[in-house]
Amino acid sequence: MSDSATSLEGWEVVVGLEVHAELATRTKLFSGSLNQFGGEPNTNIDPVSLGLPGSLPVLNRQAVELAMRVGLALHCTVQPSVFARKNYFYPDMPKDYQISQYEEPINVDGWLELPSGRRIGIERAHLEEDTGKTTHVGGSGRIHEAGYSLVDYNRAGVPLIEIVGRPDIRSADEARAYVSELRAILVAIGASDGKMEEGSLRVDCNVSVRRRGDTDYGTRCEIKNVNSLRSLGRALDYEAARQVDLLESGEKVTQETRHWNEEEGRTHSLRSKEEAFDYRYFPEPDLVTLDPDSAWIDAVRESLPALPAERRHALAERAGVEPAEVAVIVERGLDALCIDAIGAGADPARVITHAEHNLAVEGAAGLDAAAFAALVGMETGGELTATQAKQVLAEMVDTGADPKSIADARGFEAMDTGELEAIVDGLIADNPDQWHKLCEGDQKLTGFFVGQVMKATQGQADGKVVNRLLQQKKDG
Amino acid sequence: MPGRITRDDVAYVARLARLRLTDAELDTFTQQLSDVLEHAGDISALDIADVPPTSHPYPLANVFREDTPVPSVDRGEVLAQAPVAEDGMFRVPPVLGEAP
Amino acid sequence: MSDARSIAEAVRSGETAASEVVDSSLAVIAEREGEIHAFNIVLADEARAAAEAIDRRVAAGEDPGPLAGVPVALKDNICTRGIPTTCSSRILEGWCPPYDATVATRLAEAGAVLVGKTNMDEFAMGSSTENSAFGPTCNPRDTTKVPGGSSGGSAAAVAAGFTPLALGSDTGGSIRQPAALCGVVGAKPTYGFVSRYGLIAFASSLDQIGPLATSVADAALLLDVVGGHDAADSTSIPEAHASLAGVLGEGVSGLRVGVIDELSGEGVAPDVLHRTGEAAEALSAAGAKVEEVSVPATTYGLSAYYLIAPAEASSNLARYDGVRYGLRVDAASTPEMNEATRTAGFGDEVKRRIMLGTYALSAGYYDAYYGKAQKVRTLIIRDFATAYESYDLLLSPTSPTTAFALAEKTDDPLTMYMNDVCTIPSNLAGQPAISVPFGTGDDGLPVGVQVLAPALGEAAMFRAAAVLEEAAP
Repeated sequence: MSDSATSLEGWEVVVGLEVHAELATRTKLFSGSLNQFGGEPNTNIDPVSLGLPGSLPVLNRQAVELAMRVGLALHCTVQPSVFARKNYFYPDMPKDYQISQYEEPINVDGWLELPSGRRIGIERAHLEEDTGKTTHVGGSGRIHEAGYSLVDYNRAGVPLIEIVGRPDIRSADEARAYVSELRAILVAIGASDGKMEEGSLRVDCNVSVRRRGDTDYGTRCEIKNVNSLRSLGRALDYEAARQVDLLESGEKVTQETRHWNEEEGRTHSLRSKEEAFDYRYFPEPDLVTLDPDSAWIDAVRESLPALPAERRHALAERAGVEPAEVAVIVERGLDALCIDAIGAGADPARVITHAEHNLAVEGAAGLDAAAFAALVGMETGGELTATQAKQVLAEMVDTGADPKSIADARGFEAMDTGELEAIVDGLIADNPDQWHKLCEGDQKLTGFFVGQVMKATQGQADGKVVNRLLQQKKDG
Repeated sequence: MPGRITRDDVAYVARLARLRLTDAELDTFTQQLSDVLEHAGDISALDIADVPPTSHPYPLANVFREDTPVPSVDRGEVLAQAPVAEDGMFRVPPVLGEAP
Repeated sequence: MSDARSIAEAVRSGETAASEVVDSSLAVIAEREGEIHAFNIVLADEARAAAEAIDRRVAAGEDPGPLAGVPVALKDNICTRGIPTTCSSRILEGWCPPYDATVATRLAEAGAVLVGKTNMDEFAMGSSTENSAFGPTCNPRDTTKVPGGSSGGSAAAVAAGFTPLALGSDTGGSIRQPAALCGVVGAKPTYGFVSRYGLIAFASSLDQIGPLATSVADAALLLDVVGGHDAADSTSIPEAHASLAGVLGEGVSGLRVGVIDELSGEGVAPDVLHRTGEAAEALSAAGAKVEEVSVPATTYGLSAYYLIAPAEASSNLARYDGVRYGLRVDAASTPEMNEATRTAGFGDEVKRRIMLGTYALSAGYYDAYYGKAQKVRTLIIRDFATAYESYDLLLSPTSPTTAFALAEKTDDPLTMYMNDVCTIPSNLAGQPAISVPFGTGDDGLPVGVQVLAPALGEAAMFRAAAVLEEAAP
């Protein structure tokens, strides 16, 4: 059924994301065995994480501190909180209840700013424990066909923070941007390694659609098993289209949990709301109130590094561009280099261009801001063409040498316009058909001529000058 | 206060609690639970909307452990107590569905 | 056998060998255990080996500690490494914990010798020790009668002279009521006074471990050893406590004692009320100011308790699912296996409470039942606080009757629950209370009176208990 052929014209997608992130502690949330799994099964276990009779949980201070870092980085209010038991039977849940925070979570009411500048509301970010891992044996590992299952409790009790976003997201792209931004924040503050593919960052999506202009939300579905940013986009596009198809054909969307199947590229129903679980939440009697004092909260706030959104704003202001334009630079950690280069007098536009196109991919480890500024200065001063500057920059990153000596060694100097004009004239003469088509308006051929000039000059021509010359010839 | 607990209610909580009851047990338990809940009717009738609940009799706050590892318990000792173990793990019959 | 304090003194000084003490304890057990069934397991070889080790330490000039060579019994819901810990339930039959409860560790460090694990109502749910999967315990004073419960095995072990000391657990009266029915001393400390680490949970916000002993002094000695802060229990009270054994002689002169109206009238047998009155007079004669006091909300204790305790239990007992330890009854799928295991592994009383608690927490009923009960708990705490503005201690009967006949109340859960009416309020309020034997009833069986104190009021409570012990008829 639904595929990309379905038009979402006239519809608005509404998405709220619940993100679970494993906190980067040494030990578990309520006991001292290692926060480490994936290796030899059942080797990081203790009476508490196995749910042995008589065992009692004691809260890991560092997990609380990391949770506060997350909350404060997301502009939440840190408040007194209470742990609760969420009761349900499942073999990877050692006590057959999960200790989580329910009515009184540690962090509430925050927001996250996307590179686009839009703010997505955060309803809460609370602490809870992870479950063990169940492996299904037989039936090709599929849950419904398995002959039996094996349970490893190494992951049981690993601290998680669940970040519940408000339904403020309006597209699959925006959802991806939200998760990337959140991941960048979690990594920047040292709260989590943020690896989605390895399961340390897990995303559940609540999706609904409504006609543009409507103010009420539509019936939503929860999508589970989205394991990468790519799946997230695909799953949301698929699900939105499925819901629009249903509504346009006069049917209704059923509130339910759906499973994303990456291979098939579709979601399928797991269970409907009618089968909803009766979790019988109640305050966890084995744990006491968590009530961080303001001194602790302030100390955590002060220890936070500059966050991606602040860094985008800082660089954008310095460079005179929009924050969205420097998102990649900040993501790659090149913002300090750029600010320093601009501070040393380099042209902001050239600095941003080089950082985004030439440094973001390969990286710029060890690149000195003053040398970078000097290079930009040579370029804007006409000593180097853009192409030459790019080559010099690459060598600066590789060798650490200064731009002047690299340019000299390569014999770079900007070509004068007279020489270039002669080359351009020669090319027009050699390629009359192409020149004719360009003059008729086939702009693709501009690239052909620029390319030919570059070839003839071994890249030493200034592309802008070549373009200007071609325009003059056309107009003339 | 809520109405009397019904046979269906008892069947529902038995299912939630993973207990299987015979018809005769269902009748007996319904009667017994009903008696206890009827006795508890005296508090259901109290008008104490503004009284805060007590979940801990001796209120404490901020009890922590440091993030310091302790050795894992011995897997062999634990698995020796397991009903069925295989490959260092606890073996269970098919689980049928995903965790909620 | 003499009392624990004398035994420890004799063993520490080298006057008596711990091995002899343990042998004599085992001899008494061999003689009477057949008719009483206080134990789920007697650890004769382990006890002898532990006693010999203590004797070697004494010979080497070491001090094995304040309970050197004293035989102790632990209720079978207290985890002991490598020793079966069953809660008298089929579902845990044969399970050997891979760790020790904090109290077990502290006892061993104090030189005590573990002689056995005692019978109990399954998962501590009951007031007669008849809800044990391994058969009932009989009252040593009259083996046709129940010992009370749920710590009936521990109370019987002490009353029969098997061990001078035993630990029990008290969620709604499970130490004090059997102590009263068996004619021994039993105390439930302030919630958080003794670590619950390794105590298999029944109702986590109510459970407390406490001592059973033949004398108030021994109960204080045992509580001194096992009490105090434990980082492994988040609800453990950080403040260190003073030595209770050291305050016993201080008397009650000048203390104000209130006799609780609501727990000393309707529903309590006349002979028990009579003894409670005599106990009040005894305290008065010793210099206390004794008056009647009303603690109105205690009348709601039973109702609140039978919603809160089953609710917490329904969650605490979910883990017995046949996956990791204990019984498994196999089935085609895990949900069916969980169900088959729990259906076969739990007795009726446990099932009843799990269902009651599940209901009290379930969608649509939480506010009316569990939520309401938690508010009543606040009322009870407030009413006690009001009473303690005018009184240092409170007094009541421990149990409404003396020991009743085996099988007399097993068919009617509600009647059985009524046994706990006087003891439950202290659990709901998290406050300490002690039962002291005070004469006998019309049937010649022991009567216990209960002294209640505010949180961390153990010292005054033990002083009054010592006075009552001295004055007991």
